[in-house]
Amino acid sequence: MTTTLSISTTALTAKQYREARARRAKRAGLLKHVFLIATSLIMIYPLIWMISASFKPDNQIFGSLSLWPATFDWDNYSQGWNALSVSFTRFFWNSTFVTVLSVIGNVISCSFAAYAFARLEFTGKNMWFALMMMTLMVPYHVVLIPQYLLFLNLGWVNTYLPLIVPKFLAGEAFFIFLMIQFFRQLPRELDEAAMIDGCSPFKIYWAIIMPLSLPAMATAAIFSFIWTWEDFLGPLVYLNKIEDYTVPLALRMFLSQDGASQYGPMFAMSILSILPIFLFFIIFQRLIIRGIAMSGLK
Amino acid sequence: MEKFFRRNFAGYAFLAPWLIGFFLLAIGPILASLYLSFTKYNIVRPPQWIGLDNYFYMFEFDDRFKKALQVTFTFVTISVPAKLIFALGVAMALDKGIRAIGWYRALFYLPSILGGSIAVAILWRQLFNYDGVVNSALRLVGLDGPYWLADPKYSLWTLIVLAVWQFGSPMLIFLAGLRAIPQELYEAAEIDAAGPVRKFFAITVPLLAPVIFFNLVLQMIEAFKSFSGAFIISGGSGAPLDSLLFFTVYLYDEAFSYLRMGYASALAWVLLLIIAAFTAIAFWTSKYWVHYENERG
Repeated sequence: MTTTLSISTTALTAKQYREARARRAKRAGLLKHVFLIATSLIMIYPLIWMISASFKPDNQIFGSLSLWPATFDWDNYSQGWNALSVSFTRFFWNSTFVTVLSVIGNVISCSFAAYAFARLEFTGKNMWFALMMMTLMVPYHVVLIPQYLLFLNLGWVNTYLPLIVPKFLAGEAFFIFLMIQFFRQLPRELDEAAMIDGCSPFKIYWAIIMPLSLPAMATAAIFSFIWTWEDFLGPLVYLNKIEDYTVPLALRMFLSQDGASQYGPMFAMSILSILPIFLFFIIFQRLIIRGIAMSGLK
Repeated sequence: MEKFFRRNFAGYAFLAPWLIGFFLLAIGPILASLYLSFTKYNIVRPPQWIGLDNYFYMFEFDDRFKKALQVTFTFVTISVPAKLIFALGVAMALDKGIRAIGWYRALFYLPSILGGSIAVAILWRQLFNYDGVVNSALRLVGLDGPYWLADPKYSLWTLIVLAVWQFGSPMLIFLAGLRAIPQELYEAAEIDAAGPVRKFFAITVPLLAPVIFFNLVLQMIEAFKSFSGAFIISGGSGAPLDSLLFFTVYLYDEAFSYLRMGYASALAWVLLLIIAAFTAIAFWTSKYWVHYENERG
């Protein structure tokens, strides 16, 4: 008698437990969505506000929270494009030039270094690896002054060389690290089989490692694109002539100009300056998000 | 000898670009800036050895240096924990197969990817204008917002908010870490009638400790290095009243506005040592609160 009773009690509690859990999960789920939607709206509001401001005449921009311009006005874009003494055609071309070369340099030189660290054996490898990881911690500001003096002596100031050449010398340890993580996941048997067939290390890199690590290369290329495109300090230090300016330097000129009635054009150009990054983000979202989780963890 | 050469040739050939960069652009400059930090140097005349004078001056007389330290420390100690707490909160809400996770993740990450740009720094200046969006929103609830950018009491908060707004990458890393916690632990805890708070402190925090630690170190270094936001929002000078004088902004100002390359190099070395010290402290304390799964005892 007592045994049956106790069994049925437990059965009941287990069922109750499951139901209560489901109820609670549902309520929590709803709360969570409310929280997440509210947070994402607040997060994204400033960006949408900037888009809308780029279509508003100056007298409507401030003192209002509204996101919908009374009239859609493309004037800010055409005005902004030519608002500075040099047109934005030039600035976008400069930025593109620096960015494309930097991406190429980063991907080639960092994948070389990563291949050496991940796949080749040589004396002193561990020491170099430790030193490479240490450079991750060094702020750019510490090397900035001697690098500036070096480039000044080479006569490279006011050229793009100080911005591009370091990228061909695997300066971004972050990318090396990212690629090492990826290369290590590739089966070593591939290299060994190729070696037995008489492939040189270069051939192995080119014909096996490279094609198999396209996602890692793409991730490095995307981050390299975004960071170079947004870079401000490098161009600020090395470029002094307005016709050499990259887009971020040009944007800053809107702030230093006196008659501050240029808000609309300034926002319009700001929107155009982040448009390429935004598009890259939409297209390559998966790679970007996986890249962060991979370099961050494993 | 020939065998040694052949064994190492490929490795060093592939490493060559990095090695050149390492000597010319990393370790070389680090040592050069150490040397310059003991000199007086304005580019025009050759460096003049003055021993430790730069450092003495810095700690004895330089009020802007002290101000820069104070601003930077305040920024780091408020923005980093706030950002991590926010990132963890959102990551926990996103965990466990919520619907439309991809959308949320993308929306939350977007500010981080745009946040370093000058466009966003410019936007921030306008949001916190006296008649900008933030004060308009405050007026809706009947509050009269201050002059955020002109009042040194409030100006640093605009940059702290800007930093927290970019919580995307620690959030993604937390999300990956939360996925690795076995679900059974939570179920077992629930059967033992543990509430959400108890579950958070008894399961989530200890199992996530390595990830929290990783994010903490990374974000701390990032915060010490941050530059463009403060530079743009303060108009390049750390204004108002040096309340936005980040260490990096001060360094840039000394080096490139006043051409005091020796003094700026000394500042750079102080920054390097501060970051190294903070990282070391973080690693040292981590013994007491971070335990890795494959560890024994």
